[in-house]
Amino acid sequence: MDWTALWLSLRLGMLTVMVLLPVGIWLGRLLAYRHFRGKELVEALVALPLVLPPTVFGYYLLVTFGAASPLGRLWQGAFGHQLVFTFEGLLLASVIFNLPFAIQPMQRAFEAIPVEVREAAQCCGMSPWQALTRIELPLAWPGILTALVLSFAHTLGEFGIVLMVGGSIPGDTKTIAIAIYDRVQAFDDAAAGTMSALLLAISLVTIAATFYFSRRVGRRLG
Amino acid sequence: MQGLSVKLRQDSPIPLDVDLACTPGELLGLVGPSGSGKSTILRSIAGLYRPEQGRVLVDGEVWLDSKRGIDVSTHRRRVGIVVQSYALFPHMTAVGNVEAALGHLRQPQRGSKARELLHLVHLSGLEDRRPAELSGGQQQRVAVARALAREPKVLLLDEPFSAVDKVTRGRLYEELAAIRTRLAMPIVLVTHDLDEALMLADSMCLLQRGRILQHGRPLDVLQRPATVEAARLVGQRNIFPARVIEHRGDPAATILDWRGRRLEAAHQPKWAPGAEVAWMIPASKVVLHRRDRPSRGEAENPVTGSIVGHVALGDTTIATVRLDGSETRTLTYRVPTHVAERNRLGLGEHVGLSLLASAIHIMPAAEPGKRRR
Repeated sequence: MDWTALWLSLRLGMLTVMVLLPVGIWLGRLLAYRHFRGKELVEALVALPLVLPPTVFGYYLLVTFGAASPLGRLWQGAFGHQLVFTFEGLLLASVIFNLPFAIQPMQRAFEAIPVEVREAAQCCGMSPWQALTRIELPLAWPGILTALVLSFAHTLGEFGIVLMVGGSIPGDTKTIAIAIYDRVQAFDDAAAGTMSALLLAISLVTIAATFYFSRRVGRRLG
Repeated sequence: MQGLSVKLRQDSPIPLDVDLACTPGELLGLVGPSGSGKSTILRSIAGLYRPEQGRVLVDGEVWLDSKRGIDVSTHRRRVGIVVQSYALFPHMTAVGNVEAALGHLRQPQRGSKARELLHLVHLSGLEDRRPAELSGGQQQRVAVARALAREPKVLLLDEPFSAVDKVTRGRLYEELAAIRTRLAMPIVLVTHDLDEALMLADSMCLLQRGRILQHGRPLDVLQRPATVEAARLVGQRNIFPARVIEHRGDPAATILDWRGRRLEAAHQPKWAPGAEVAWMIPASKVVLHRRDRPSRGEAENPVTGSIVGHVALGDTTIATVRLDGSETRTLTYRVPTHVAERNRLGLGEHVGLSLLASAIHIMPAAEPGKRRR
């Protein structure tokens, strides 16, 4: 049992979710409420990780953030080490490949708020910030929660991109999914089995819990 | 200047060209078919819609002035609004919904003020229910209480009665009429229902394709429309061309030539003798002659014809009569269903009718080539 890898995966999942929360609320609302030129393109870009093979996605991330790229050089200059094959690089990749899992449920949740209700908030004298915190977020939170749980569970399970962008550096970028693959390669079926069962349990429990809470809220708002 | 004044102009996407005012305490009805722009006007007042050009003044406060680049955002305009769907906040209780609009009060005062407002709309005891646990009529009352909570400078009602059943609607009309007496702000009611405007409004704007066809007292608009277009829009069906013959004194009357038939109309001296005009009479002012014996007033503009359409709509029967000596000219009249039954009226029957002179209203002749809508 590779506790370091498990801890790394959990930490990566948590941080990914923390970054995606504000990003998802901002982009989800934007896509839900506004009509602008190129909206379809933005939606397509957000959905891209759903259909692209993780290796292809990982390859492009490597090219974009690698030491030879302008972005990579910028990072190197600012922090003194390269972005790829580090935890920060892995986090960035994780945020990007989780965009559809975070943004789509949030967008749907904000779309489900009737425009009259949002307008009523303004007519009640609420500033945009008050309308967001008092009306929109309480109404959208089942969707937001779903988005975060899906992203978290998906981060735990992602393999291809993590391997491409992170390598498999113990303590830095070796997640539990990669540790399982390692153990299978080493014919350590017992460890692989334990870790797989644990990952399965964590994923099942988190997703079941979200479904449960979403349904309860749905009943309450009837 | 006290009250509300609204001037809006744009060509697209919705054509608008209106200039209207509403004094404190006045209830102005905006009436028109769908697409006439009535809701857009209301939304422009609230700042929920941005017209190309416009000016919205409330009690001397400028909310919108496109020339000077002033456009106060909605949450800074003190408006109360009730929309057809009520748009209550589903995650808040009734009292929570009202408190949500009491941001101008300090926290400790909000609860008691909200309860007071719910009491005003007869919802005491239901304060802690969520919208999903309230009936349609109760939801509408919460929406009214919430709209009043902000002590609005204008109260905007956008088809607030359309989503409830008829019985509830009747009660809500009465309640609004009662609450109104306590309100000192301009009230604008958008409705497609003429009867609703007739019951509730002090004045009425008849709208068509973003223009005001007529602005006046609701009964005047209904019975004395300014144009043939307005007459058709308020549902008048007896509209005919005629020529003014003369004005007569004592008793004062205006005499019309209706295609060879002499008609006595209410005295309307502004139409010069010889002028080609249009005239109309409400279906309720066409009086049926009794068939068993002569009745009073039979000499008043008598016409005869055969019934070609006869529909009983509950208590009222609407009939169409083709006039004798004409292939095409028809008159529509309305009688209580029991009267129609007693007189054994039906398709093909021959009847005598009188057109009450006092109800005959003269308008400019219909513009040639203008399509009926």
